[in-house]
Amino acid sequence: MDASGKIEAAPTKSRTTVERKSDREIVVTRTFNAPARLVFEAWTKPELFQRWWVPKSIDMTLLSCEMDVRVGGGYRLEFGHGDSGSMAFFGRYLEVIPHSRLVWTNEESDDGAVTTVTFEERAGNTLLVLHELYPSKEALDAAGTGAADAMGETFGQLDELLASLDAHVGRSRL
Amino acid sequence: MVQYMRAHLDASFAALSDATRRGVLEQLGRADASISDLAETFHMTLTGMKKHVGVLERAGLVATQKVGRVRTCRLGLRRLEKEAAWIERYRQLWDTRFDELDVVVEELRRKEKVDGRKRQD
Repeated sequence: MDASGKIEAAPTKSRTTVERKSDREIVVTRTFNAPARLVFEAWTKPELFQRWWVPKSIDMTLLSCEMDVRVGGGYRLEFGHGDSGSMAFFGRYLEVIPHSRLVWTNEESDDGAVTTVTFEERAGNTLLVLHELYPSKEALDAAGTGAADAMGETFGQLDELLASLDAHVGRSRL
Repeated sequence: MVQYMRAHLDASFAALSDATRRGVLEQLGRADASISDLAETFHMTLTGMKKHVGVLERAGLVATQKVGRVRTCRLGLRRLEKEAAWIERYRQLWDTRFDELDVVVEELRRKEKVDGRKRQD
């Protein structure tokens, strides 16, 4: 953590950076090797969007994906997870500026963020900035903890490994 | 919707598949160390050690900080502030997603090139 209180995760090595801008805001950035119009297309065509939003490595299936990408238009994503049925995520688009900017709401809960994505083309590459504004600090904290849970199994195993390393180190000190 | 997803992060386990990297984690469990300290301890070149530390860092197992000309390494995750740890996990989720988006975008780019050539023919 630096003097300004900002927290950054692996800003130097990784291509994806995340920064908590304030109590209620989080910003994710990544550069793509393609013009903005193509990156925008992948965010606004359901048949493309559903190919990357749920990566192959994630244990969930997208049952349906409807997107009416225009100001006031709605979207709805329905996921299936195991035997416990499905769940839906939905909201509407507040701003749609082709190849440049998308803003949408997340209305499945009262704690949903307003998400803004900007696409900025630089010499044929696209800098993508995703900004989420939550209604409260608690809502963002909860979303963050949720993301940690999403990574759950793998990190749980890593935590165990690190604990065993610590125990090993503890013994070797005796 | 991130809270309902489970990612299987092969990268983290790949990081642990190497004996030197496991040794580095054990070493950092005892005390923080610079990359040159680690290179010396494991009889490696600086460049070789930098690569190992990079793999561990990307997996979130090691955190590094550069002060002046010295990059200090310490154990990641467990020593990270709780909040920084969840941000790292949040980052990994988006990183996984964006790796897939890269593939989709690259496909669009190739398709556009082919279509462009067709139009010229």
